[in-house]
Amino acid sequence: MIRLFANANYDFIKWTRWAYTLTGAIMLVGLAFLVTRGLNYSIEFTGGTLVQVETKTTVPIGQIREALDNVGLHGAEIQTFGSDTSYVIRARTSASADTTGADTVAVTAGVTRAFDASAGAGAYRIERTEVVRPKVGRELQGKAFLAIIFSFFVTLIYLAARFEWRFGLAAVLATAHDVLATIAFISVMHLEVSLVVVGAVLTVVGYSLNDTIIIFDRVRENLHKYRRQNLYEILNLSINETLPRSVLTHGTTIATTLALLLLAGEVIRPFAWVMSFGIFTGTFSSIYIAAPILLLIEKRWPGEDARGARALGARAPTPAPSGPSTPKSVPPPPVPRVPVR
Amino acid sequence: MSTIRGRLILIGILVLGSALSLLPRNETQRIPDAVTGRMKDTTVRRVPINLGLDLQGGIHLALEVDESKGPVPDCADAIQRAERVVRTRIDQFGTTEPVVQIQGRCRLIVELAGEKDPARAKSIIARTAFLEFRITDMQNQFQAALPQIDAVLRRAGVKSRAAAPSAVSQLFGKDTSKAARDSATEANTPGALSSLLFQGQLPGEFLVPEEQWEVADSLLLRPDVRQAIPRGIDLKWGAQIESRGAKSYKPLYAVESHSIITGEELQKATARRDQLTNQSIVEFVLTRRGARIFGEETARHIQHYMAIILDGRVQGQPPIIKSQINARGMIELGTKPLQEASDLALVLRAGALPAPLQIVEERAIGASLGADSIKDGIRAGVVGVVLVIVIMVGYYRLSGVLAVAALTLYCLFTIAGLSAFGFTLTLPGLAGFVLSIGIAVDANVLIFERIREELVHGKSLRLAIEDGFKHAMNAIVDSNVSTALTAFILYLVGTGPVQGFAITLIIGIAASMVSAIFVVKTFFLIWLQRRPAMTTLSV
Repeated sequence: MIRLFANANYDFIKWTRWAYTLTGAIMLVGLAFLVTRGLNYSIEFTGGTLVQVETKTTVPIGQIREALDNVGLHGAEIQTFGSDTSYVIRARTSASADTTGADTVAVTAGVTRAFDASAGAGAYRIERTEVVRPKVGRELQGKAFLAIIFSFFVTLIYLAARFEWRFGLAAVLATAHDVLATIAFISVMHLEVSLVVVGAVLTVVGYSLNDTIIIFDRVRENLHKYRRQNLYEILNLSINETLPRSVLTHGTTIATTLALLLLAGEVIRPFAWVMSFGIFTGTFSSIYIAAPILLLIEKRWPGEDARGARALGARAPTPAPSGPSTPKSVPPPPVPRVPVR
Repeated sequence: MSTIRGRLILIGILVLGSALSLLPRNETQRIPDAVTGRMKDTTVRRVPINLGLDLQGGIHLALEVDESKGPVPDCADAIQRAERVVRTRIDQFGTTEPVVQIQGRCRLIVELAGEKDPARAKSIIARTAFLEFRITDMQNQFQAALPQIDAVLRRAGVKSRAAAPSAVSQLFGKDTSKAARDSATEANTPGALSSLLFQGQLPGEFLVPEEQWEVADSLLLRPDVRQAIPRGIDLKWGAQIESRGAKSYKPLYAVESHSIITGEELQKATARRDQLTNQSIVEFVLTRRGARIFGEETARHIQHYMAIILDGRVQGQPPIIKSQINARGMIELGTKPLQEASDLALVLRAGALPAPLQIVEERAIGASLGADSIKDGIRAGVVGVVLVIVIMVGYYRLSGVLAVAALTLYCLFTIAGLSAFGFTLTLPGLAGFVLSIGIAVDANVLIFERIREELVHGKSLRLAIEDGFKHAMNAIVDSNVSTALTAFILYLVGTGPVQGFAITLIIGIAASMVSAIFVVKTFFLIWLQRRPAMTTLSV
């Protein structure tokens, strides 16, 4: 039988600093993009009109733009959508146009006239139109934000009930990291933020939590099993023990996500991009963010068996047979004795 | 072993139930008639899965009360009135199953699958509602003219469809009109129109078998028939279907052409239940001008029936006018539930205070785009499944085959779940389903890895399997519940396609728990039973 990482014994936690540096760098790049370019919200969020047109033959984008300018639609975005003969025209509504309904109808009519001029009447077909009022878009933005915050809250409660609040907090912080990293990714890739992409971000939340919980479940179990080891060792042990599972499950998930990315068409592509990145960041954060943060929380607010207090301190006298390699001896920082509860 | 048999029976029931809910079945669909262009019901055989608008093409509209021309005090009531109005127009849409529903408090959602022309759909929805009261055909003028109409149709070569040799047939023991009987004996063939009509309970009311109302309607729309209908009489269909015994009928009303009053003159309408008589009652208040006209008209029409017509459809059964009514009137619905009275009051208000609506969201998706999406989604799904199978069988060998078998059941359960609960499959839902195939094996991976660990620790095969399942359970439950929680939040927040995604995810999680834990364990148990001497496991 094939066994991947059967008796793996890597010191994952050792790399915490490197991991923090890496993820910090990604965030910084993402933040830079976010500040300079902002997020590319779909018209669902901003309000506006989208028209997707399928032409019989390729029409140069410049020609379409000229035709759109001629009918008075300035500043509309034109993109090819999956193929050379499929175009998406987006006209975002300006805030001042909130109350008048005529503009959206005008856009659709204008696009029709523009394509009559550039592609020729009858040589194209309007495949999809979407018109959203800015008011609805603003509502949706609030709701999407609320959904993510609310999901954190619910998870925190569930994990606090099933594990302990320390685990819950660590898992939620790691997941919050994933959301930030994913937003950075979306910003860098300039993906369009539609409702479906928000759905993908929430799926990443679920997936990453799932992964963190699998490791934490093992931590919980090992804490009972190996009474003499410190948390540092137990975390490493648990990550190593769950490594084969991680490789397999991430493997199958990546396989299906790649299939979606490459084959499922243009509408699903942003979703698939976000998911692909989410699998990586979810895996990364379960190991390098959730576990170290748990260590940190344990250290600062030690739990009942106070193993966090000696998390980085002296090793337990008798290491388990499959114990991890010796951690760097860092002098234990002063532990504030804050009463818990 | 009885436990294995019990498990197998349960799996068998699940598979059978899933298969049954996916069998193609007869469903009524409304499609435009090729000849007349009007909508008619047809029965098609299809797999009962609802496809979202993004997959089958169609129009999605979200409407709100337009407050740009002044504030509307009660938007919830305005939207309810609008919903009632749009519902009465539902058969004008060129679509199979229109969805009209109120979202939240003040938003109306209209979904028209298969509709191609957004402009037409919008004009039907946004048209102002028109309410009028008209007196029914008290002199039975229409009934008297029936033989003549039948004769016109006979001359035009229209054959009667009904086999019954009667003219206006007796349904409730009412007297059959003499003229009609004469014409029937005279021509000795049933009249093309009159054979479709059954006498109703009040003057001017007829009942048409539901399956034949389109035929009757198309006859009534013929120019030669319209000529033969007596002057001063109009024919209006009822809005509701009535059932008598096992059969359903659509009421047809012959009413006077002139309306005694219109919605403009109506100020207020409320429903309540009378404390003394325990009757459901609709009270209405008219404007001063309306009160004067209505007073005169009702004085002339005492003991006559008054049809309440919204957008050309008669609402409910016309009530009888008992006395002269001026500014305040009341419609007694007897022992009918209060709900019916509320509905009638809503109809009256809908006609009285047309709610100005504006479209806040509109999506129109071409059918070919939807078909492409389905094709691409299925292609991605197939490739994804093949990859997962390769990974699972390559790594876990025979156990992997069991997991793949369970995965097949997973797919079956998920699709059957969508179908059985009547959820809609959307494009993001399809993507979610493909993605979930990759995630669904996670439970099996956890279990198999656990079994391997137990085997490494030197446990016997049977014990290793038993403990492997037991120890993996915590992780599986916790991780799946937290994923389901986020999916549920997504469902609460999302709209349309995204809700479809969340639903697919939730059903998928449930199905994967059943297939990965219960089904695979059963497979293992059978395996152990067949090979009691087995000491190694292909895992």
